[in-house]
Amino acid sequence: MKRTLLTGNAAAAWGMRLAGVDYLPAFPITPQTEIIETVARWIDTGEIDCRMVTLESEHSMITAAGAAAATGVRVFSATSSQGLLYGMEMLYTVAGWRAPFVLVNVSRGLSSPITLEPDHNDIFAARDSGFLQIHCATCQEVLDSIILAYRLAEDERVRLPVIVNLDGFYLSFTREPVEIPKSETVARFLPPFDPGNVRFRASEPVSQAVAVLGGGPYSYFRYQAHLAAMNATSVFEEIGKEFEEFFGRGYGSLETYRSDDAELVFVMLGSFATKAKDAVDRLRAAGQAVGLVRPRLLRPFPADAFRQALAGKKGVAVIDQNLSAGSGGILHRELTAALYGQPETPPVLASFIGGLGGRNIGPEDFFGIAAETSQAIAAGKTPPPRLLFSEGELKDVRQLQAIAGISPEKPGRDA
Amino acid sequence: MSETRFQSLKDLPAAHLLGTGTAMCAGCGALEALHGIYDILGEKTVFINAAGCMTLLSVYPYTPFRGSWLYTAMASAPAGAQGVRDALDILLEKKRIGPEDDLQTVVLTGDGSAYGMGLSATSAAIERGLDFLYICYDNEGYGNTGHQSSGATPHGARTATCKGGHGFGGYKKDLFAIWAAHRPAYVATVVGAEPLDLARKVEKAKAMQGPRLLIALAPCPTGWDYDPRETVKIGKLAVKSGVWPLKEYIGGKTVHTKLPRKRLPVEEYLKTQGRFTHLFEPQRDEQTIQEIQARVDAYWHEFDG
Repeated sequence: MKRTLLTGNAAAAWGMRLAGVDYLPAFPITPQTEIIETVARWIDTGEIDCRMVTLESEHSMITAAGAAAATGVRVFSATSSQGLLYGMEMLYTVAGWRAPFVLVNVSRGLSSPITLEPDHNDIFAARDSGFLQIHCATCQEVLDSIILAYRLAEDERVRLPVIVNLDGFYLSFTREPVEIPKSETVARFLPPFDPGNVRFRASEPVSQAVAVLGGGPYSYFRYQAHLAAMNATSVFEEIGKEFEEFFGRGYGSLETYRSDDAELVFVMLGSFATKAKDAVDRLRAAGQAVGLVRPRLLRPFPADAFRQALAGKKGVAVIDQNLSAGSGGILHRELTAALYGQPETPPVLASFIGGLGGRNIGPEDFFGIAAETSQAIAAGKTPPPRLLFSEGELKDVRQLQAIAGISPEKPGRDA
Repeated sequence: MSETRFQSLKDLPAAHLLGTGTAMCAGCGALEALHGIYDILGEKTVFINAAGCMTLLSVYPYTPFRGSWLYTAMASAPAGAQGVRDALDILLEKKRIGPEDDLQTVVLTGDGSAYGMGLSATSAAIERGLDFLYICYDNEGYGNTGHQSSGATPHGARTATCKGGHGFGGYKKDLFAIWAAHRPAYVATVVGAEPLDLARKVEKAKAMQGPRLLIALAPCPTGWDYDPRETVKIGKLAVKSGVWPLKEYIGGKTVHTKLPRKRLPVEEYLKTQGRFTHLFEPQRDEQTIQEIQARVDAYWHEFDG
């Protein structure tokens, strides 16, 4: 099997190339830009037959993407962080158009303070938009997920746009060996886009995205989109199995790692879950029955799959790379809602916040998380959420503050 | 104008193409202009709309349009036109549709979007040379929300956010000049009350390629505070007083299409509308009236001289 070293961004571009995309509305933003630059080069050399237009903002970019999909062509776009938020109004809007397309988000922490490095607050901000979300942990998964995303988005039981998420830097700029599938095989797996009746033709005039008056029709259309998103759970399992028949790599809504006989399970999204895998191996070597569950699908939320994977576990540690100020980790909240009141629900569901703005989560963190969760299991009580931050890191910040002339003891300046 | 098929009012279409029974206010100057425009453009069009009064033309499951429609959002209708136009071009190039299924992409927004939130998207669409027609119905305020001041509100006008004795303190933005500075294929001002001038301009724009933009002054009975039956009269007075110059930008030059040789005093126009009553009652605000007159005079002197 031939493998090529590709960055996550290049893998995303390859996914788009193999999907036979007609149209790419674009806007540059770090760390996504390599994707659109790669596609632009292929267009210049005539390797792909795609039209690319650079818009003046992500708000316009997502509008153009939705409008082109609503006219009946296959559309791809990519953004990151501030760009995703700048286009947020249109994420909600175009999802309601029920015009399927695929948007890649390369996760990056949100301002303020402004930063380039990754966490998941950007993608969680799009959680309720109506876009489905597939989260990737490897460059191979990035490429494969884009092809899967088109099948999922265009399925007549779904008909919703999909975001494929990868972490900035850790995946976007990291080269991994990737098997690039043959385009003929992809063409058989992913047939040409059939826009159905969502399209503009002079011979068949249609009004799309019109206003409604009153809560009745509004609720009807919102419920329709929700039910379609819920359908995507079983559709994803179905096409993930079919993908395995075509390409030898299967994808379910969850990835589980040594979790079957585990007593304590880490739950994590994205590329940092590969760090958790390494920690699981180390903890296992130290005699602890630890495993990992990583959701690939965030929307629809794979509640049933989580219930099955976590049934009978003594404790679960959810490690969120996001922070809902005033509440805590968002994935932890979602998982708690999915598990509460279900048979064999783990009695301890602990919450840890880490990896914000690219902060590493190292083996020592995972060992600490496992120890704290084990103590909670022994005590029979879920501890309050914990913010991962070491004394060394605090010392580093104090040094920066000293350079900046800030005294942390001054009230109102620092906590 | 010799090439036009519209020599006199008798040449205008006898019946309107746009359906009736919409939610627009009685005497809506925007709807008046839209009727005239749609009669010429016809049904092989897709209207890409931004948030405004006209959004309520198409309320599920009704539409007065015989062609297509896409509502986007307040700021990005030109980007919606970009997506639709590009997709149609791709479908034509890849022979997935025939030329008979092609559509004119038409952006329809109010002044709130055109003068403000949507200006960046419009600027970029022109800069990209997008083949589209932009219709701005300019009722000089955020009409759909009760007529608050916008970038299009004229000096001295009372609005829902400027109810004081002097009205709006700012000055109407020159959107025509801003658009024309981008050197698009065509920019024109129109008003529904001058249907022949309007029809000729839409006919001309329809036959052209590239960015084509129209600003239609839209007298607004509810926002401007006058009896709905006065809409045509007020539209004509806007032209005759020189307040609303009818002009077009084409081939790098701006030409006036209707010259008010003997301009009426602006107060003849201002007096017709409740939004300017405070300039005349309880006492005459001579300074503001003179200032408005002087600005109109200065505009025309520039062209007369």
